[in-house]
Amino acid sequence: MTDNSNSPGKPPKGGASLEEARLRQQAIGVKLRHMFDEIVNEPVPDEFLDILRRADARSTDGHGE
Amino acid sequence: MSGASSPPPKPPSADDDAFKRELVVLIPHLRAFARTLTGDPTAADDLAQDAMMKAWDARASYQMGTNMKAWTFMILRNQFYSEKRRSWRQTQLDQEAAERTLVAVDDPESPVALDELRLALGTLPEEQREALILVGAGGFAYEEAAAICQCAVGTVKSRVSRARKALQATLDRGGYPRDGRAAGDAMRSILAAADRLSGAGQG
Repeated sequence: MTDNSNSPGKPPKGGASLEEARLRQQAIGVKLRHMFDEIVNEPVPDEFLDILRRADARSTDGHGE
Repeated sequence: MSGASSPPPKPPSADDDAFKRELVVLIPHLRAFARTLTGDPTAADDLAQDAMMKAWDARASYQMGTNMKAWTFMILRNQFYSEKRRSWRQTQLDQEAAERTLVAVDDPESPVALDELRLALGTLPEEQREALILVGAGGFAYEEAAAICQCAVGTVKSRVSRARKALQATLDRGGYPRDGRAAGDAMRSILAAADRLSGAGQG
C-alpha cells in the first residue's frame, strides 16, 4: 500500500489506518447488501406473475402462438 | 457445455411446476440484479421479465437441483448485454457527470449515504460493477460469479478488488467539506448507517 494521497487531515499511516480501511470496506459491503436487499424486498409487480401464468397456460395447451 | 445433441422433448409435468415455483422465488433477485445493471427501474423490470421468460422457455435445458439463481442471473446478464448492443442508449452515468453530481449533493439536509453509494456505483466500469454486485450483494461465490459472467475466477477477483478500491476512493472524494464538517462525510455517514444496519440484524 503506497497511497501517498496528499489530503490534509488524514491520520498518519500505520496499523490504525489499515484497520480503518478494513472497516470502511466492511461498511461499504453492508451498505451494498442493504441496497440490493431493499430491491429484493419490494413487492413484485403483478405483471411478472401474469406473464408467467400466461406462458404456463400456453405450454400446457401445447399451443404456442 | 452442452453439445450439439438436441435436448430430449420434455413433457410438461410436475417438473414444470417445480421449476416455476423456483423461478417465482427468484423474481425479486432478478429485479434487483437488473436494476443494478440498468440503473433504471422501468428498464430493469422489462429486462427482468424478458430474462424470466427466457428462463421459462429454456427450462428443458435446466437441471433441477443445480444453481438456478446463478443460471437465471446468467440469462439476465446475457440478455442485458445483447439488448444493449442492439438498442440501448448509454444510460450509465459517465464518470465526470457522476462526480459532478456527488459534489453537488451539498445540501446538509439531503439524505446522503445510500444515494451516494448508488452514484458511486454508477461511476464504476460495468464489468467491475456487476462483479462487485454479484459477490458483494448477491451472495455469490467467486466461482459462481465467474460462471455468470463467463470469465475466469481470477478475473472476477481482480474486478471485485478494483471495484472496492474505486468505490471507496469515490466516496472519500465525494464527501466534500461543508459547514465545517470534515472531508469524508459521505464515508462517515455510510459507516454510521452500516453500523445501524448490521445492528438491525442480517436476518
